[in-house]
Amino acid sequence: MFLMKVMNYCRQQEIVTDREGLPDGIRRLLELAEIVQEQEAAKPTTDAPSFLARVGTVSTDSFFSLSEMLHFLGDVTLTFVKLVRMRARYRTADLLLIVQECGPQALPIVTLISFLMGAILAFVGAVQLRQFGAQIYVADLVAIAVVRDMGAMMTGIIMAGRTGAAFAAKLGTMKVTQEIDALSTLGFSPLEFLVLPRVIALCLMMPLLCLYSDLMGILGGAAVGLGMLDLSWTTYYHQTINAITLTALFGGIFKGVTYGVLIALSGCLRGMQCGGSASAVGEAATSAVVTSIVLIVTACGVLSVVFYIIGV
Amino acid sequence: MNSESSNEIAAEAQITVRNLTLGYGSVVLMRDLNFTVKRGDVFIIMGGSGCGKSTLLRNMIGLIEPAEGEVFYEKANFTRSNAEERRSVYRRIGVLYQSGGLWSSMTLAENVALPLEEYTELDPAEIREIATFKLALVGLNGFEDYYPSEISGGMRKRLGLARAIALDPEVLFFDEPSAGLDPINSRRLDDLILALRDSLGTTVVAVTHELPSIFAIGNNSIFLDAESKTAIASGDPKELLAYCENPKVREFLTRGEGRPGE
Repeated sequence: MFLMKVMNYCRQQEIVTDREGLPDGIRRLLELAEIVQEQEAAKPTTDAPSFLARVGTVSTDSFFSLSEMLHFLGDVTLTFVKLVRMRARYRTADLLLIVQECGPQALPIVTLISFLMGAILAFVGAVQLRQFGAQIYVADLVAIAVVRDMGAMMTGIIMAGRTGAAFAAKLGTMKVTQEIDALSTLGFSPLEFLVLPRVIALCLMMPLLCLYSDLMGILGGAAVGLGMLDLSWTTYYHQTINAITLTALFGGIFKGVTYGVLIALSGCLRGMQCGGSASAVGEAATSAVVTSIVLIVTACGVLSVVFYIIGV
Repeated sequence: MNSESSNEIAAEAQITVRNLTLGYGSVVLMRDLNFTVKRGDVFIIMGGSGCGKSTLLRNMIGLIEPAEGEVFYEKANFTRSNAEERRSVYRRIGVLYQSGGLWSSMTLAENVALPLEEYTELDPAEIREIATFKLALVGLNGFEDYYPSEISGGMRKRLGLARAIALDPEVLFFDEPSAGLDPINSRRLDDLILALRDSLGTTVVAVTHELPSIFAIGNNSIFLDAESKTAIASGDPKELLAYCENPKVREFLTRGEGRPGE
């Protein structure tokens, strides 16, 4: 390496170098390396683009990625129309496997996070409400917060990290190993065969997980209520039951299903967009999680406003 | 190479490629490709690494939409066809992918059975029987319930072939069939390809740069050149070796020994 640098420098300074004094092996190595140098023209030109050019590239890129997303959404909708007309082809065994992966197998983590979330809410509420002697309203606080929003939200974020990333990685890998190509040249639509069962599975499992997460959150709140505030089981129970309305519950579950669709779609979209290498699979998984969390939070905001306007 | 002006498609043509331009975005890899693959041919797509051989294959089977030009299967325009018409073509072709493209979540038997489940009305027992038979054809009997990750690279290649021939296709596409195989297995694969061609009358289109395979199986070919971005020679590889004057083709077919001045 040192020799190469010296030689290059000499050439730039137009100094003639004499290699005769070098050992045979090294001279041959140098000759090999010089043949390679001729390919310098093949190097990509890496001029740093100007600020304006960068702004332009970023905006056209985001425009294209938005149009790609809409395109994908349209394709998936068409596939669903096919499903309704009973003409979509996918394997039921695959669907059941995915249902198992994103439903029952997610229970432990949902239990843990939801329980702790309920406990934290109760704890924060308890400290404040105790100042007014209104400890009993901790039950209301936890119940309403968990059922209306936090249950669905936390489930959504867990599933984005767990299942969304898994979808993107699986489809991405299938793309890299040409499994998706093999499906296409058999006349299977990857959308029907791979994306559809995933969207269906999450749509089925999200409401259930969401309901379960609500329950766990309330139990977490109750643990704090009973342990720290010396409320009795029955009081806490009645206070909670009175606080929850059926509309709030369904509102929360509706949000859960929406998040489920968003997670499945962004996971599959990023997987299908995946390039041809292992690092591309990693990028696809990362970007799937980022996309789904952004979409979930946005959807949560939008739905909250919509629910407020229609008075739910 | 068939002339560009003629719009007639020869009766014995299995695949006709007309004015095909390959490219990604604004980058053009190859332009003005015109050739015909006749029924029963073993057609080799050759050329240096990275010149667009695999891309040409992917264009021919519709995995990439051509930038320009058309691909015909017999007399049907494949490039301009809708999903239903494409399915009828996909029913008649089989593809062996470079990296196998085997479905890793299914067993060997299920891999071979999926095309049959999709396109035939056979009951599961019959499908299983055919799948076992096809696996036996490529010497994989007894491995039906293994998963692709549990078998060796050479076996995966053969599994890919078993799946490609599951539907007794009229045309078989091979993307680098012998890549990653030792010389003996590579030779066996060549023999297998020829045996299939002879017994089923299958047309074969193969992308390869393995010289022994090219001469052993090919009876027609096209030579892609990355510099001029088009095909610079076509015909039987053995005749190309004997008569072709083009220095690039000679260099390739003789492993660089025909290079002028060496």
